[in-house]
Amino acid sequence: MANPRTFQIQEISAHPGPIPGRGTRREEPVCKYIDVTTCIGCKACEVACVEWNDHPFRETTFNDTYQTMPTTEWNYYNLIKFVEDERDGNLMWLLRKDQCMHCEDPGCLRACPADGAIIKYENGIVDFQQENCIGCGYCISGCPFDIPKFNEQTNKVYKCTLCSDRVGQGLEPACIKACPTGCLRFGTKADMVQIAGLRAKQLREVSGFTSAGVYDPPSIGGTHVIYVLHDINAPQRYGLPANPIIPPSYTYWKWIAKPAGLLLGLLGIGAVFFHRVFYGPKLPQPEPLEVRTGPREEIDAGRKETP
Amino acid sequence: MSTTAKKFDESARGEFARFGTTRVHRGELLRHPVYTRFLHWSVAIFFVLSLLTGFAIYSPWLFHWIAPLFGGGPRTRALHPWFGLLFTIVFFFQFLNWMGPMAWREADRRWLRRLRHYATNEEPIEPEDVGFFNAGQKLYFWAIVVSAILFLITGFLMWFDNVIPRWVVAASYVIHDIAALVMLGGFIIHVYEGTAHQPGTFHSMIDGTVTESWAWTHHPGWFRTLTGRDAREAYEREKQRLDERPR
Repeated sequence: MANPRTFQIQEISAHPGPIPGRGTRREEPVCKYIDVTTCIGCKACEVACVEWNDHPFRETTFNDTYQTMPTTEWNYYNLIKFVEDERDGNLMWLLRKDQCMHCEDPGCLRACPADGAIIKYENGIVDFQQENCIGCGYCISGCPFDIPKFNEQTNKVYKCTLCSDRVGQGLEPACIKACPTGCLRFGTKADMVQIAGLRAKQLREVSGFTSAGVYDPPSIGGTHVIYVLHDINAPQRYGLPANPIIPPSYTYWKWIAKPAGLLLGLLGIGAVFFHRVFYGPKLPQPEPLEVRTGPREEIDAGRKETP
Repeated sequence: MSTTAKKFDESARGEFARFGTTRVHRGELLRHPVYTRFLHWSVAIFFVLSLLTGFAIYSPWLFHWIAPLFGGGPRTRALHPWFGLLFTIVFFFQFLNWMGPMAWREADRRWLRRLRHYATNEEPIEPEDVGFFNAGQKLYFWAIVVSAILFLITGFLMWFDNVIPRWVVAASYVIHDIAALVMLGGFIIHVYEGTAHQPGTFHSMIDGTVTESWAWTHHPGWFRTLTGRDAREAYEREKQRLDERPR
């Protein structure tokens, strides 16, 4: 949760008006680079994340794996997934650092109905603003990577901030700083894509991983966290969706049908009001008094004629 | 099943009649016993609470002023499913209570065909075949039954969104919203008809009684089964009496 003034804001969830101050300052898109092939599973990034965000230690469960816990949690933004795979008949660990992907087209922000609860900065960081969060959980279903997590105590949702508070001060995210192998890097998106491309090429040509590649899914406009994978053709093996998509209802239903439906419903109030004005009440019959209807002049004329 | 439901409903009605009273004055008819009124207002309270908290979640940028009434956004969101659950529970008993008179009949199709005449107050009294409820009321009732089922199913799917697949949850939001909009439209008409449009109707849900003239005007079929008199005839006689009255 960075100070909103730190970065130029690009998008605000469910915000009906213009974005304050948008387009007044240029900002370079940032990116986190994760080389899955050189991760050794030391979990230094996990510890750095917990430390920087001042999260308390939480209990976990033992599931016959080296993985710290089954999934990321509201106070555990960063988790190395220890996937046990196979290569040439031997065990092969796929060690994937799981955290928010900071999508260019963020499903959480699309889904969020609360004005200002999710903000995307010009540099690509997607940040939750818990003071505006209503805890509805729409972002949880909006996310293709199952990242936002609900906190039962505060009734709000939390996720990785890409250390927007550090990045705003010109520092790299805590996980990057802690990584001992250099499999994590941080910089501009263009630089990281280039480095990742070179590394994938090296894996293909030198290391014998003929289908190595970069995971930067175009279906959500790319992400501000990119992976170098041994096998780009099967991201599911790493627990990544091959083709992450956002339910279209979060665009069409939210911005067109929802307001239109509400308007129609509320027009009903106007409709019954004017129905009453035009047609009057339905009184128990017969009504005790004589009723005169017609143009004003006729009624007035009738009145004059009666003695 | 339906006989046990009926038996339960009858005993509940009896129990409530021991505590609550309904005074029927001369020239009045008993329309809603205490039990029915209790159910109606319980449903109404939880419906309005669900509606208000729902608005605050539906579009916070428009209804952010509702959330503080319930203790802020997250509290409003946490309360909404409980209000909704209580609504469906009390409505279930209302359903048992009204299942019989709400049954769809051939006469209701005829009523719907002349809906325009009804809406423009063309006829002084309703046709002979309009019973305890007219087709509009029945439509609203069955719309609530369908909506309540949809609310319950989609509501639970959304409540446990951490274990339900995200596509199912996303679809649930849309279905839940559509059901809510249908209910909102019906609710507006229902409140209007019950208060401003048809004087005497609100009284029937508060005190349980209606005047005979209200009964033969709005529900002639029910008037006939209750009093054995013909609605049109009663209406004409009353009209004649008023006409002959010296001014």
